[in-house]
Amino acid sequence: MLAVPPLWLAIGAAGLLRPRSLRLSALWLFPLGAAAAFVLAAASLAELAEPAQSLVLPLGLPDLPFHLRLDPLARFFLFLLGAAAGGVSLFAAGYFRKGEGTAPGLLCLQYHVFLAGMAMVLLADDAYLFMVAWEVMALSSFFLVTTQHRIAAIRSAGFLYLLLAHLGAISILLCFGVLQGGGWQFTFDAMRQAHLATPWSSVAFGLAVLGFGAKAGLVPVHVWLPEAHPAAPSPVSALMSGVMLKTAVYGLLRVSLDLLPQPQWWWGLALLGLGLFGALFGVIFAAVQTDMKRLLAYSSIENLGIIFGGLGLVLLFAASGHPLMAALALSATLYHCLNHAFFKSLLFLATGAVLHATGERSLGKLGGLIHRMPWVAWLALIGTLAIAGLPPLNGFVSEWLLLQAFLFTPQLPQPFVNMLVPLGAAALVLSAALAAYVMVKFYGVIFLGQPREPALARAHDCGRLERIGLSWLAAGCIALGLLPVPMLALLDAVVRQLLGTGLGTLAPWWRLAPVAVERASYSPPLFLLVGGAVTLGAAWLVHRLYHGRVRRAAAWDCGFPLQNARMQDTAEGFGQPIRQIFEPYFRMQRELPAPDDPRPAYRVTVEDRFWGALYLPAAAAAQATARLVGKLQQGRIAVYLLYSFVTLLALLVFVL
Amino acid sequence: MTHLPWSAQFIHLAAAVLLLLSFAMLTQRRILSLLDLFATQGAVLAASTAIVAYSSGRAELYYSAALTFALKVLLLPYILHRLLRRLNVRWEAEPLLNVPTTLLVGLLLVIFAFALAQPISQLATTLTRSTLGIAIAVVMLSLLMMITRRKAVSQVVGFLALENGLFFAATSATYGMPMVVELGIALDVLVGVLILGVFFFQIREQFDSLDLRHLEALKEE
Repeated sequence: MLAVPPLWLAIGAAGLLRPRSLRLSALWLFPLGAAAAFVLAAASLAELAEPAQSLVLPLGLPDLPFHLRLDPLARFFLFLLGAAAGGVSLFAAGYFRKGEGTAPGLLCLQYHVFLAGMAMVLLADDAYLFMVAWEVMALSSFFLVTTQHRIAAIRSAGFLYLLLAHLGAISILLCFGVLQGGGWQFTFDAMRQAHLATPWSSVAFGLAVLGFGAKAGLVPVHVWLPEAHPAAPSPVSALMSGVMLKTAVYGLLRVSLDLLPQPQWWWGLALLGLGLFGALFGVIFAAVQTDMKRLLAYSSIENLGIIFGGLGLVLLFAASGHPLMAALALSATLYHCLNHAFFKSLLFLATGAVLHATGERSLGKLGGLIHRMPWVAWLALIGTLAIAGLPPLNGFVSEWLLLQAFLFTPQLPQPFVNMLVPLGAAALVLSAALAAYVMVKFYGVIFLGQPREPALARAHDCGRLERIGLSWLAAGCIALGLLPVPMLALLDAVVRQLLGTGLGTLAPWWRLAPVAVERASYSPPLFLLVGGAVTLGAAWLVHRLYHGRVRRAAAWDCGFPLQNARMQDTAEGFGQPIRQIFEPYFRMQRELPAPDDPRPAYRVTVEDRFWGALYLPAAAAAQATARLVGKLQQGRIAVYLLYSFVTLLALLVFVL
Repeated sequence: MTHLPWSAQFIHLAAAVLLLLSFAMLTQRRILSLLDLFATQGAVLAASTAIVAYSSGRAELYYSAALTFALKVLLLPYILHRLLRRLNVRWEAEPLLNVPTTLLVGLLLVIFAFALAQPISQLATTLTRSTLGIAIAVVMLSLLMMITRRKAVSQVVGFLALENGLFFAATSATYGMPMVVELGIALDVLVGVLILGVFFFQIREQFDSLDLRHLEALKEE
């Protein structure tokens, strides 16, 4: 298992042998990387429950070697990385066809360094290696985002990403600085031993939330996601959204449940509030987007918000002495991480296939692609249903479990928290329902209806390798949806490691009943059986009753003779109710055409309020400070000499 | 003061002359005369070093004196003279501060330097300890000269005078620096002057003048 990251690095380096050769990287290197990823996933899954293994590498600075550790938590995230990255790599092998700005060999290097960096983040057992790997991950993904660096908008998106990534990295670094607790030992083991006073552990937790939140797109440090994801090539977006965001979740789990001694109840409450606010915020913004990749980026903000909300619930329960409920919430959260890795990668890859086939990212110019691209459309349908949280697919399982955790709220010691948690459940349900709405819009506008542009008639389906990649991820969505009980049994090792208690036995395999069968249970195979039978039966009945008796005639057109594909409901139209209801959330600018305009155009731009409230003032403050410092720089040698002279005099006066 | 041996008296005289020369350099606006003053300063420095060597019986200080003489009286003034002739610069432009003000500031600096040197020279055991204040004053006056001048050449002269002051401080406080350090510094000064000579030509080629005001445009707006 440990051989996989070096293997990825070697594959990346091999891409440099012939950087211009597309055949080498597409036919050999990317599939080889995918195979390595699958091996990693299989090995991690097989050993998930094994005890922790540690290793000290003979690398690193003198007296500061790299420490590695494989424990159930790391193995679970390695499994997630391998399983999602395998599918993405297979897709990428077929996807990077024309060379997307950067030479294919170089792209292959950046891609595999990115994979290896993420794996090393998960394996690291000291703060030093963790930060090195974290930066490798951030920088390689920055270069991947700016693959088409000749476009100015992509460069500025990349810069924004880099800025927030470094803000987060500084915060994580400070967090480790607090965690070492005066021992100046930076291995995680030493941090576990360091007994921090409560105020300091709260500081460490706050820094960790800020640092890992900046990587995971926690509101309000989320602004890079909707810029960077559309800028990046689709397999990169898929990896970043599906896997990289989860490394941030891993980091927060590691710090808050493993390294910090005792969680405080209000940490959980704060994280719960932040997460659920992010979930609602993300899904509302997703509903009004007209760019398909931006839409998915906001949907990632929503899903990560749900995950962070779940983590908050875990901390809340763990701190108030309800280990069983904490275990349930943690299982649900981890399950949702895994699910999101599968369906979000699948959807990002599907948008990539659409983008390649049509050259169009704007929802207003797509439509009716299910006829042209049946493979992509049907596989994307699975992802769409999964992310919308419909049974029997995987999204339902995790959201249902999390909802159970919310609703079985035991008596918490703080009465007002007791009242707040059901509100959280309501927010969760609202965001899940809105997510379904968003996904109907996403799928309907792209794949259903009539093509909105004549150019769409030339769209073609994706190639063989891409189909395999998409199918793998779709199969993952189905398998995780149908077989939650075996998967949860595997997750039990992780939960036990972090909380000390697990969910216990969940048998039988076909029925999921987390607390008690009388309270709530869910049986995916049964649901599939009944749902399938009803659907097939109805289809058969309709077929029997109406076969041969269908009359085709022109539909009534309300007396309006001209009808074309542009009259279909658009993405803007679909999002309009949400825009209306949640208007205070947005900063909207609308341009309505004048009645006598011969070429009427309607435009609406929706902006994030955080830009005006947080980011622009911060940028202005930074600029003002820089200008103040710039005043020192007069350009006159005499003035510079005067500075040295005055400094010298001041120091001499000081010693006098 | 009459109990002092003649060597100590001579060193005190040299120190006074050095200080006087520094003030003269501060007021001198003709660049050629400035160079002559610099050369004189170098000669006085070499002489005082030789006296220190004689009176303390340290042979390596003779080398140091010889090096000072060769470098600061002969070689550097020669190089700078040639540069001036090739560049055709004679007059310093109007200094940034007028001469009376500069002199006043200089006086304050000398007082400050003496105040600064007093506790140090009480600790020192050398023959020449009382001249430390003057050495520091020379360093500060040279810095002041670099600040108030506009032409690049006079700034270089100021820089070299500063080095003279440091050298004098070293001999007066501790009987000179180790030979290796001194050789290194001498080489640095030489190389520095050569590089600055190249810069003069570059600056003149770019701006048709050696006035450093033109460099002010080189900052970010």
